[in-house]
Amino acid sequence: MKMTTGMTALLGAVAALSLTAAAHAGQITVVSWGGAYTTSQVEAYQKPWMTKTGNTIVSADYNGGLAEVKAQVQSGNVTWDVVDVETSEGVSGCNDGLFEKIDASKLPKGDNGAAPLDDFVPGAITDCAISTIAYANIFGYDSTKFPGDKPTKVADFFDTKKFPGKRGMKKEAKVNLEMALMADGVAAADVYKVLATKEGVDRAFKKLDTIKSSIVWWEAGAQPPQLLASGEVTMTTAYNGRLFTPAVTENKPFVIVWDGQQQVFDTWAIPKGSKNKEAALDFIAFSTSTKPLADQAKYIPYGPARKSSAPLVGKFQDGKTDMAPHMPTNPENMKNAIVQDVKFWADHYDELNERFIAWIGK
Amino acid sequence: MTEAVNRHALANRLARAERRGKIRAFLLVAPLLAFVILSFAVPILGLIGQAGYSDMVSTSMPKTATLLLQWDAKSPVTEELCASFVTEFKATKAIDPAMPSRIATFVNREYSGSLSKLKAVANATLAAPYCQALSDLNDEWSKLDIWHALKLVAPSFSPRYFLQAIDLRLNADGSIRAESDENAIHIALFGRTLMVAALVTLFCALLGFPVAFLLAQLPAKTSNLLMIVVLLPFWTSLLVRTTAWIALLQQNGVINDLLVALGVIADDNRPVMMYNMFATLVAMTHVLLPFMILPLYSVMKGIKPNFVRAARSLGATSFTAFWRIYFPLTIPGLGAGCLLVFILAIGYYITPALVGGQSGQLISNIIAFHMQKTLNWPLASAIGTLLLVGVLVLYWLYNRLVGIEKMKFA
Repeated sequence: MKMTTGMTALLGAVAALSLTAAAHAGQITVVSWGGAYTTSQVEAYQKPWMTKTGNTIVSADYNGGLAEVKAQVQSGNVTWDVVDVETSEGVSGCNDGLFEKIDASKLPKGDNGAAPLDDFVPGAITDCAISTIAYANIFGYDSTKFPGDKPTKVADFFDTKKFPGKRGMKKEAKVNLEMALMADGVAAADVYKVLATKEGVDRAFKKLDTIKSSIVWWEAGAQPPQLLASGEVTMTTAYNGRLFTPAVTENKPFVIVWDGQQQVFDTWAIPKGSKNKEAALDFIAFSTSTKPLADQAKYIPYGPARKSSAPLVGKFQDGKTDMAPHMPTNPENMKNAIVQDVKFWADHYDELNERFIAWIGK
Repeated sequence: MTEAVNRHALANRLARAERRGKIRAFLLVAPLLAFVILSFAVPILGLIGQAGYSDMVSTSMPKTATLLLQWDAKSPVTEELCASFVTEFKATKAIDPAMPSRIATFVNREYSGSLSKLKAVANATLAAPYCQALSDLNDEWSKLDIWHALKLVAPSFSPRYFLQAIDLRLNADGSIRAESDENAIHIALFGRTLMVAALVTLFCALLGFPVAFLLAQLPAKTSNLLMIVVLLPFWTSLLVRTTAWIALLQQNGVINDLLVALGVIADDNRPVMMYNMFATLVAMTHVLLPFMILPLYSVMKGIKPNFVRAARSLGATSFTAFWRIYFPLTIPGLGAGCLLVFILAIGYYITPALVGGQSGQLISNIIAFHMQKTLNWPLASAIGTLLLVGVLVLYWLYNRLVGIEKMKFA
């Protein structure tokens, strides 16, 4: 008798669970990079979308890379519906058949009436991935560590005599090779031309060699501010928003050097075989429309991918910090800048990373 | 006569009962067996297969693949090959719209830069003569390099990823060349991994032996308390333990701060103890120590104190009694501990990734890099397979030298 009651309770629980699942048919899983960045997306995109549609979003974090997406697609068990990837990964994942194609012409018009294909800035739309924001790979330093001269140029990052201390860098060929060339005197416009040659790659690695023994490698975007705060490094490359937030909200002495910044788009993509493709598309259409993109800048200094959003960008959530000077797209910050060449990296990613990882291991 | 019949029937009944028992035993193990096969053996075999087998090109472009395999990789590309390649490659869109770019990604690993050229072919409208049309599209098609890359990916079975895993590369004509100096790293890292694993095993043995000895000698009440101290790291997340070492060892970490405060070292001359080989060795030794202590302890607990007493009473010094009597008796535990620590250390990946910097990177970090970043799973599988084979060979050697049946694991 007792057992039967237990069984009934259990069956009831199972039934209740499956009912809950049925009630949440409009539920999607959105995966992004965590930290202040995900917070900005939750506030600007996810909450308004949930209010508007009544759907729910399960928000998850990852560390970038396409390994999880590939594993899900290959095993046929796709549990992510929308994932935030860099443009280059959006393109290579699309090449590898890991993402659904998205027809960008069906996205909503800009608030000023501009057609979507005209409203997005050049390079923001690819076959499978729609950009939300442009962020910058910059380097920053702890100003208390350099009481005299301050680093101002990308070459200063490689000058450990004048600016002693360890350097934080991301453990990947991308960004570092371009940075090394710019520090070695290659003009921003020529970086990818030079990097396409064997001599150019040799030159980049030779420049990296000069600081190799001082480099501390990071892999997650949250690490650079920690490395600076703990004093483990005096200078580090980082995503600009990751240094902005502690500098403004916690008054950390972090200073960003915009010279040699490298802009990259962050995009939304749908893993192939997503079980909630319609809802995922609706979320992407909503979140890449004019207002949500502009709203995101309240929480993190990343430039919206739509031209029509730019005039709407105002102040940080504290209500007093003007966001414009902190944006990668601010003309003052663009004097020596490159936009990451997605096509170059699709062609050379494997080759250069193989050499890079061998270089690290030696 | 009847006795014989009876005996026969009895034997039958016994056999039947035994068989029933065996089936019941098998049924009890069956769920675990199925679980292990499904969740462990199948994926491992699948990944190993990926390293040497891919029929993407040979099934989607069968005629081209055959022509490429017949081609000697030296003479100019025939119009027949060009035509078959263009038609079949463009037709792969019918299998899957992403197929041309998937093939292009595959080819790009053999010849960097060919991805965009192949994608251009998939999107262009080309007409006969095809070889001319291709070189008009991009000059690269009139050179042999890109065709060499296509020839390399054409066969279903290919040893090229295994060769790459030992710093060799396959040429299109079937010969083998050494990997360029700047890209060769795998052999060196296999060597470093073995050395680190051996050192960690040695340190674990040196540190673990006295602890296990102490645990075995103390009265149960005290030793139970100490045992909890030994087991505590076991119950703590690996990440937490590794991060704790970062907090301790880094430039402005606890140990450096303490040494500076005590005046042992100057503030501007702090030793580098983090993000290098030293940190890898320290953190791995700490993490793996319980695997050494537990089997040692279980063996030492079973050694009768009478043996050593007898040796002493027969005139042995305390050292001789320990070395000639006690120590040999602990070999089964020491051997088991060494085997556990060594094999675990060979595959270690999170700890070196977090604290290793560049000098502390191990082969498993390369595997992870190719799994997560370059998505070159075949290469990652090939390196992983070699690692697995290496471990099995070492295990076999160990078994021959020490004898696995004598080990006591806990």
